[in-house]
Amino acid sequence: MKRRNGFLSTVYAGLIFLFLYLPVAVIVVFSFNSGRTTTNFESFSFYWYVRLFTTNFEAQAALRNTLILALSTAVITVLLGTLAAVGIDRLRRKFTERIALSANNIPLMSPEIVMGISMMMLFIFGGALFNQQFVLGFGTVLLAHITMCLPYVILSVLPKLRQTDPHLAEAAQDLGCSQVMAFFRVTLPSITTGIASAFLITFTLSLDNFVISRFTAGPFTTLPLHIFGQIRMLVRPDMYALTTLIFVMMFLLLLGSNLLQARAAKRQNKHT
Amino acid sequence: MEKDIIIDLRNINIALGGQPILQDLSLYIRNKEFITLLGPSGCGKTTTLRIIAGFLQPDEGQVIFDGSDCAGVPPHKRQVNTIFQRYALFPHLNVYKNVAFGLKLAKLSKKELHDRVTEMLALVNLTGFEKRTISSLSGGQQQRVAIARALAVRPRVLLLDEPLGALDLKLRKDMQVELKNIQQQLGVTFVYVTHDQEEALSMSDTIVVMDEGVIQQIGTPKDIYDEPKNAFVADFIGESNIIDGIMLADLKVKFAGMTFTCVDKGFAKNEKVDVVIRPEDVDIVPAARGVLPGTITSATFKGVHYEYIVDVQGFKWMIQSTDAYAVDDVIGIMIDPQEMHVMKKSKYSDLIGDYSSFSDEFDELSNPEEDDDE
Ligand SMILES: Nc1ncnc2c1ncn2[C@@H]1O[C@H](COP(=O)(O)OP(=O)(O)OP(=O)(O)O)[C@@H](O)[C@H]1O
Ligand SMILES: [Mg+2]
Repeated sequence: MKRRNGFLSTVYAGLIFLFLYLPVAVIVVFSFNSGRTTTNFESFSFYWYVRLFTTNFEAQAALRNTLILALSTAVITVLLGTLAAVGIDRLRRKFTERIALSANNIPLMSPEIVMGISMMMLFIFGGALFNQQFVLGFGTVLLAHITMCLPYVILSVLPKLRQTDPHLAEAAQDLGCSQVMAFFRVTLPSITTGIASAFLITFTLSLDNFVISRFTAGPFTTLPLHIFGQIRMLVRPDMYALTTLIFVMMFLLLLGSNLLQARAAKRQNKHT
Repeated sequence: MEKDIIIDLRNINIALGGQPILQDLSLYIRNKEFITLLGPSGCGKTTTLRIIAGFLQPDEGQVIFDGSDCAGVPPHKRQVNTIFQRYALFPHLNVYKNVAFGLKLAKLSKKELHDRVTEMLALVNLTGFEKRTISSLSGGQQQRVAIARALAVRPRVLLLDEPLGALDLKLRKDMQVELKNIQQQLGVTFVYVTHDQEEALSMSDTIVVMDEGVIQQIGTPKDIYDEPKNAFVADFIGESNIIDGIMLADLKVKFAGMTFTCVDKGFAKNEKVDVVIRPEDVDIVPAARGVLPGTITSATFKGVHYEYIVDVQGFKWMIQSTDAYAVDDVIGIMIDPQEMHVMKKSKYSDLIGDYSSFSDEFDELSNPEEDDDE
């Protein structure tokens, strides 16, 4: 009986993974196709990869834009979010803290399309105040992505702060650190895993965001926007190649962060 | 004022969360003294230390360090170091780096720093542990790292917040001796917090007994034990029989229906008082020879002596004696005049009863455990 259960759950897990990864697998496989259809695999080649990097300048620009956007979003959001988390952690009044946390959670639950439209309106309204007609662009999409990602950073850093013994910072001050120095020397090292995962989350969120970018990017083209624009003319396999590259990159990033976390956990448990 | 005073707390008042925590606390600490703050859980011991260390600002009153007012001086500029109730060692640094932490900030030369860390680790018997992570250490070892880390920066005053609270009894006894040795060896002023009265009595030069944010008594261990100021102190320090009495005149006190000669004076005529008699100061004699008759209601063998609960006219006394008696034996008791200590009535007089509800298990249970503060 038990074995059957084990067998069934293995099959079940297998199916889940199949459904999760099949679409990706299809794209990966066909990115190496020498032909341009997704119906038959002609022969293995790097043709589309070469093409992507030699002739498809639009895609390259979009990729560059996306990476710059994702990186800036991640850096700025992690900085702001960590500061905010420290602030919330220091709120002594339970009531104020609850309000701050709820306010933090609302954007998480509101549909992207609502956020996208409302931020677009806000930017245009703001532009109108200063008599600017074409405000949308890198700046606005960056602001929008920061707004979208901030709650995630707080949610991943705050628990780490909560777990940190507040006496650690006091001990550091006691031994000669100013308050700010104590934060960097003692508090920061104990929340690095939270910060790292926040960085990863925001980076990916920004990287593949379509809806909010669609409303706030204006003429600025990100990769998802570019790919979507291509659909009308049929997506060419060099986009498969690009997607494959991004997938591999994300996979490596995740793998790296997991390995780091496992190492940290192991170091902590080593002798206890 | 005495010249040798290093810390002077003057009329400190502080309220936290709307509750008054310390009330008009005044206390001076002599240089190189081992002073202990003793009191039940929640009486404000940690709060007092945090005020000295600079983590809390008093609402009223002054903290004078070495003659100058500390108001507004941040913790890192005070020549005071703290050993926290739960050590607060830095988990991301190894033993060596923990001890070196304060020294690095003090910008010691590399060699000086290394020498100092080595010296400190030797002092606390942790030579060879330099590379170990904090989580790999036992409680006692972590304790020692905390001591080494705090002493490495050569503070004038070390504040220790129940440093031995998490250790088992045997280790605690060993560490008590070690701490006392370290204190004498280095000549550092120790302000020590505990709710263990035995620890306080055996280690301190001066004991400050606190309750509910108010100092009840300051004195040497002997003063505190032999001449408690009120029923709270008498009850908190060691075992004591506290009996209602009336001071008939100087050197004459009446309790349990009898008039006794005592050594206390200076009370009003017929003033109501509390009379303290320690369990070991009462002699058990045959019923006919005693001044008061009693019946033994419980007997416990304690190793060195027996501990009896004796019913004397309905009031339960605790008496310790090396002689064996059985439950229900009728005995007499004798008390020497100098063994009685007469105290003024206080708000604690009515709260502290006799030993009728006393049992060993109960005592263990009501022992204040380390609970979270702040
Ligand atoms: N930040 C705070 N806000 C409100 N009340 C507080 C705060 N910090 C401490 N208290 C209260 O102050 C009182 C004294 O606390 P303190 O930590 O000084 O006690 P303690 O004597 O050290 O006790 P323990 O032996 O349990 O450590 C307690 O009743 C505690 O609940
Ligand atoms: Mg405490």
